[in-house]
Amino acid sequence: MSHDTLAIIWFGLWGLIWTVYFILDGYSLGTGMLFPFIAKNRQERNQIQEAIGPFWGGNEVWLITAGGATFAAFPAVYADMFSFLYTPLFLVLIALFLRAAGLEFMHKDDNPTWQAACKWAFTIGSFLISLLFGVTFANLYRGLLIGKEGYEGNLLSLLNPYGLLGGLLFVALFLLSGSLWIQLKTAGDTAKRAAKLSRPIAGVAAALLALFFLATANRTPLTDNYADYPILWIVPFIALLAMLAAVRFVFRKKIGLAFTAVCITIFAKMAFGFIGMFPNMLPSKIDNAYSINLFDAAGSKLNLTIMFAVAVIFVPIVLGYQLWSYRIFKDKILKESAKGYQ
Amino acid sequence: MDEVLILSRIQFAVTVVYHFLFVPLTIGLVILVAVMETRFAKTGDRMYRKMADFWGKLFTINFVLGVITGITMEFQFGTNWSEYSKYMGDIFGSPLAIEALLAFFLESTFFGIWLFGKDKISPKLRAFSMWMVALGTNISALWIITANGFMQNPVGYVIRDGRAELESFTALITNPYAWHMFFHTVISCYIVGSFFVMAVSAYHLLRKNETPFFKKSFKYGLIMAVFAATATPFIGHQSGVFATKIQPAKGAALEAVWETQEKMPFHIVQFPDAENEKNSIEGLSIPRIGSFLYTNSFDGKVTGLKDIPADERPNVPLVFYSFRIMVALGIFFLLASWFGVYLYRKNKLENSRRYLKMMLYSVLLPYVAINVGWIVAEAGRQPWAVYGLMKTAEGVSPISLSQIIFSLGSLVLFYTILLVADVYLLMKFARKGPGTELATGTEGGVKHVS
Repeated sequence: MSHDTLAIIWFGLWGLIWTVYFILDGYSLGTGMLFPFIAKNRQERNQIQEAIGPFWGGNEVWLITAGGATFAAFPAVYADMFSFLYTPLFLVLIALFLRAAGLEFMHKDDNPTWQAACKWAFTIGSFLISLLFGVTFANLYRGLLIGKEGYEGNLLSLLNPYGLLGGLLFVALFLLSGSLWIQLKTAGDTAKRAAKLSRPIAGVAAALLALFFLATANRTPLTDNYADYPILWIVPFIALLAMLAAVRFVFRKKIGLAFTAVCITIFAKMAFGFIGMFPNMLPSKIDNAYSINLFDAAGSKLNLTIMFAVAVIFVPIVLGYQLWSYRIFKDKILKESAKGYQ
Repeated sequence: MDEVLILSRIQFAVTVVYHFLFVPLTIGLVILVAVMETRFAKTGDRMYRKMADFWGKLFTINFVLGVITGITMEFQFGTNWSEYSKYMGDIFGSPLAIEALLAFFLESTFFGIWLFGKDKISPKLRAFSMWMVALGTNISALWIITANGFMQNPVGYVIRDGRAELESFTALITNPYAWHMFFHTVISCYIVGSFFVMAVSAYHLLRKNETPFFKKSFKYGLIMAVFAATATPFIGHQSGVFATKIQPAKGAALEAVWETQEKMPFHIVQFPDAENEKNSIEGLSIPRIGSFLYTNSFDGKVTGLKDIPADERPNVPLVFYSFRIMVALGIFFLLASWFGVYLYRKNKLENSRRYLKMMLYSVLLPYVAINVGWIVAEAGRQPWAVYGLMKTAEGVSPISLSQIIFSLGSLVLFYTILLVADVYLLMKFARKGPGTELATGTEGGVKHVS
């Protein structure tokens, strides 16, 4: 395999790891955002905690893997992406602290202030992670303010209308995913409340997705690749189709199918973005000459080969035991027996 | 730019020390909990179930913070050390990615199974899950130390296109510097875990609370402590000898050796005076032992700091005092654990109030030892980020002063909140003992502010 082929494969894997992270953590982040609005007492909080308890840590590791894979396969992208997006990434980090500690420490003390603080830390943390990653990836589609002297933007330049639209889209998709996850994993009032919320959320998510595609076509250079290879339009088409299917399944109460459709929507939406960026990884809005593309940023051939072999061997093993864990916890969690994080 | 560099270094130091307040306990305690689970699976004795639940709960509280503070470390190479990451990423990035793939998934998935699967899986599977968590934490240590090993002793690379590129993966993963550090670090983590278990047990033994339970727990901690505290001086000595060969400047700073010399004595009392490049006081000297400690030979030649350019020397007093504290504490751990064995065999343990009190108040000392140990390793390597290849000052990101002030300020704030919450919860549950689990009733829910 030539160095360039390997680099392209790694670009695909890079996109795939980020996508898997958003699909998986999407439901745990959505559950976190919905938490105070669905769980009304200790037992219900236990139910919701237990619905994501065994999984969210593993989901978050996909984020760490995404960071590690960026570092290993595209060191220059890792270095520039993380230093250019300095402030938003530290906000993400803090949001990650809040989510994790809020969830796990919530019931370790009976003081109501403690519990309320943890509850809102969990919820606001989940919200910020979703929003900020949405904003970040929308800005990658739009192009960052990378100039001759490096990065010229700041947090406010990221919070442009298109960026915010991307953020809200993530929030809506994850909320939908979370509301469906709660229905899949719990029974009783929590599931009923989640079902009631699913419907409006599904509508809003579909509207935002359509708006986002429209804005992307009009406000970003992302669709240039699609103009060159029109067959690729099938990807955003799948995203819209899956989104509409999700809405339909939500209203028909086919929760498992609706959840699957949301996952496909997120997958196709992310694929749409990565295909559009190709071969850039950090596109410049100022001039494409300042963009950082995968060929410039790629690691050495030996490094990419070894990392590829490691991924081919270990990703199936990881998926194997993660699926096993989903099997162990396949039963719906009932109000009476839920323990949550004690 | 200088302020950014200094604050970035402070931020790295702060975040890595915070991270390393949680990780060593995770690495040490997980093995004891796994052993308890295994004993329960084999014997069916409820006592072991109770032990695994009690110590497992303390493990759980601590584990999550190790995870949280670890993510900062991974992000930080990019956010704050982007020039370093560009130059070294081809070599340094892969151990980090492999760590996530091999270790973090394993830990987090099996931790979830262990924590929530109590009633769903057999005792054997529970024990297996905990061993998988233990395996994950140890593999994690191996890969991150492999990455650090490259910074200490760069191997298997070639400089091409203005960056270091991987030339031999085998050389990278068999780097002897990394393996020395790995064993030294992991075994020191066992000291942290075992002293933690002994301290909490001592607290209850002093109060005659659940004596059989805590006597047994103490015994488990003690066995691990004796093994780890006895192994550490040998492993530590070997890694010191090796480190000195690779990094003479760090080596010389360990004992503040200014003049190159043979048949060097060892000074029990010594105060370095870095400004005047000498020691202001040297006392209680033992002839030739210094040479032996450095070279395994009583006649060995030790390179002095004066033979190393001033701009390639580390902060000598910092390395010197950190090293002394680490060694002194290592000797204390050795004596304290063997004395514990003596008391245990004489069946005097639960009545030796002074010893139990000492063990209770010693709980933080292994944390101190392991962190000053890393200060020796990291500060001793300065001014280099990657020894001989890249200086720390060359690695910093071109970020603005306001950005670093923002991140450092918010990290210190949130880490402190997390640490306070963690210590509060650990103390609360440790004091409570294994007797009564938290009531899972709804009273908390009634009071809860929605």
